[in-house]
Amino acid sequence: MTIPRMHVLFPFDPDTLLSGVKEFEAALLKELKKRNLENEVKVLETGSIGVTGKGILMVVYPEGVYYSNLKISDIPRIVEEHFIKGRPVKEFFLGEVPARFVKREKLGLVREQRRVVLENAGIIDPENIEEYIATGGYEALEKVLTSMKPEEVIDEVKKSGLRGRGGAGFPTGLKWELTRKAEGDEKYIICNADEGEPGTFKDRLILEGDPHKLLEGMIIGGYAIGASKGYIYVRGEYELSINRMQKAIDDAYKYNILGKNILGTDFSFDLEIKKGAGAYVCGEETALIESLEGKRGQPRNKPPYPVTHGLWMKPTAVNNVETIANVPPIVMRGAEWFRKLGTEKCPGTKVFTILGHVVYPGLIEVEMGTTLRDIIFNYGGGIKDGKKFKGALVGGAAGVFVPQKLLDVKMDFDSLKEYKAVLGSGAILVLNEDTCMVDMLFSIIRFFKHESCGQCSPCRIGTYELYTLINKVRSGEAKEEDLEMMIGLSEVMNDSSFCPLGQSLIMPVKSAIENFREEFVAHFDKNYRCEKCRR
Amino acid sequence: MTREEIFKKYGKSKDNLLYIMHDVQDNNPRHYLSEEDLKEVANWLGLSYSYVHGVATFYSMYSLKPRGKYIIRVCESPTCHLMGSSDIILELVKHLGVGIGETTKDELFTLELTSCIGVCGVAPAMMINNEAYGNLTPERIAQIIEEKRREAR
Repeated sequence: MTIPRMHVLFPFDPDTLLSGVKEFEAALLKELKKRNLENEVKVLETGSIGVTGKGILMVVYPEGVYYSNLKISDIPRIVEEHFIKGRPVKEFFLGEVPARFVKREKLGLVREQRRVVLENAGIIDPENIEEYIATGGYEALEKVLTSMKPEEVIDEVKKSGLRGRGGAGFPTGLKWELTRKAEGDEKYIICNADEGEPGTFKDRLILEGDPHKLLEGMIIGGYAIGASKGYIYVRGEYELSINRMQKAIDDAYKYNILGKNILGTDFSFDLEIKKGAGAYVCGEETALIESLEGKRGQPRNKPPYPVTHGLWMKPTAVNNVETIANVPPIVMRGAEWFRKLGTEKCPGTKVFTILGHVVYPGLIEVEMGTTLRDIIFNYGGGIKDGKKFKGALVGGAAGVFVPQKLLDVKMDFDSLKEYKAVLGSGAILVLNEDTCMVDMLFSIIRFFKHESCGQCSPCRIGTYELYTLINKVRSGEAKEEDLEMMIGLSEVMNDSSFCPLGQSLIMPVKSAIENFREEFVAHFDKNYRCEKCRR
Repeated sequence: MTREEIFKKYGKSKDNLLYIMHDVQDNNPRHYLSEEDLKEVANWLGLSYSYVHGVATFYSMYSLKPRGKYIIRVCESPTCHLMGSSDIILELVKHLGVGIGETTKDELFTLELTSCIGVCGVAPAMMINNEAYGNLTPERIAQIIEEKRREAR
């Protein structure tokens, strides 16, 4: 057997695929064959490395060189110079290398990420189960099945302090314990991969970059709560995620990691993917369960909660993708290790998406409690085109507009709560000085108006009324009292809506109007010109 | 796959309604669920037509109107909006000569809006069938549409 002296990694994600990475890879393989290098240089496909908008990317080891914006016509030169003569072609290096995708390599950069759930994403081939196993994958599962009682698993997760990464921050261990203790002959574990929060694609990176980590976490979770069946509910729009996940499940069955008597133990567990059909509200756990049962995805009355009355009214634990992906590392390395990361009340890491007017839009995983300033200015590279920072929408559409003065807020569940803000999905949309806040709020309200499921009147009518009001502001027909009306209306919606969809509009509405009131007031003037509001 | 084959693949379990409709729609050359489709699905699962219709209209990925060969779905969520999706939508409307939710006369393109498609790093973005397009500018729209027109010939 020949051991390759070089490894070439191609991150496959929607961005690189649309840049033509597949054709590029085929052309490179052809060139390697032509030059008799196919045994020396091994080409691998990996998941996203979190870099976006830089065309075709290629990572070459052992040097750990990142190439970007590659064209097929560049291949002969790279092969000749780098692969044969050992001189990396500087011209194609990924510009000023942002620290955020540098993991184990040292490129003279100061900053590093702390990757736990994304530790393998972009490093291993997500479609190859053996690569996952080679990184220590499924060892946690083996440990659990051969040496731990379900209660001990729950205990370890409880001790770790892991909290749900879907937005609410509910303690995962407690959720599992409640499900385990609930009465019922059959129990289920569901992974919520209906990632619909605008500006969020962290779960997609896990599904596409390291699907087996999620599988492993699901099986461990199933064992802990006493379930023999699990579901992964993925957005219908995430075609690549569904395919990768399905491949992972099929392989796991072949390796007896799923199915009957897993790894020769008494534990049996089946896992199935369910595909959504485009409805934001299905991210709410009871709506998701309704959808899984083949119905309209309308939220149920709570209580009872899914832990006692979930899928088919049986005890069900619904966990977010990122939450579950944290489980194998916790089991393997222990609760104490996990607690060393992040803050006391919010241990661990968090995956954030940094978007909008920043130099490096993309995704990072850092410890809980990292400041917003750090994330935007160091990892995100600051504001693009030398503009000034105006604010950031933190937590997705159901998030809060954070003004400049709060930039030093720590990004974790509790610190944000002090400012009536939320961590939400971890989406950070950065706005520069040219942004019109009225226009941004309009976009959010329009989104909610479209996604309101129509089941309860406060949300159905409220979103419509808010939409009318924000349009009044846009067109210059609003008065001061309309702003008060908007805040009052969203407060009523917060008090009386059936589910978090209608309840959360108060956050963007209130924070936009309160923090940027002058701008709203300026729009009252008929002569005020605003390009964004098209007047 | 025929409708009957899809039905057999999933069996008569009501919780499979969404997946059956996904497959039936994908198999329809006009990418939609016809009245007949819905009736047959309802019959197969022993559900009422109104129930099936209710589910189909709840989710945005199902269409009850015939659509074109290429379904263009432009993201209009806050990130893409911030990065200029309104101009992209206007350009598409102008270039295709249809409004949102409409199909061109040659049955090639249907223009739709969608919420976040998860490629926000390259906003503004859209999807044409299952392919994502990012970093869009009004100029690129014309190119992409022309490319698709050539491809269809």
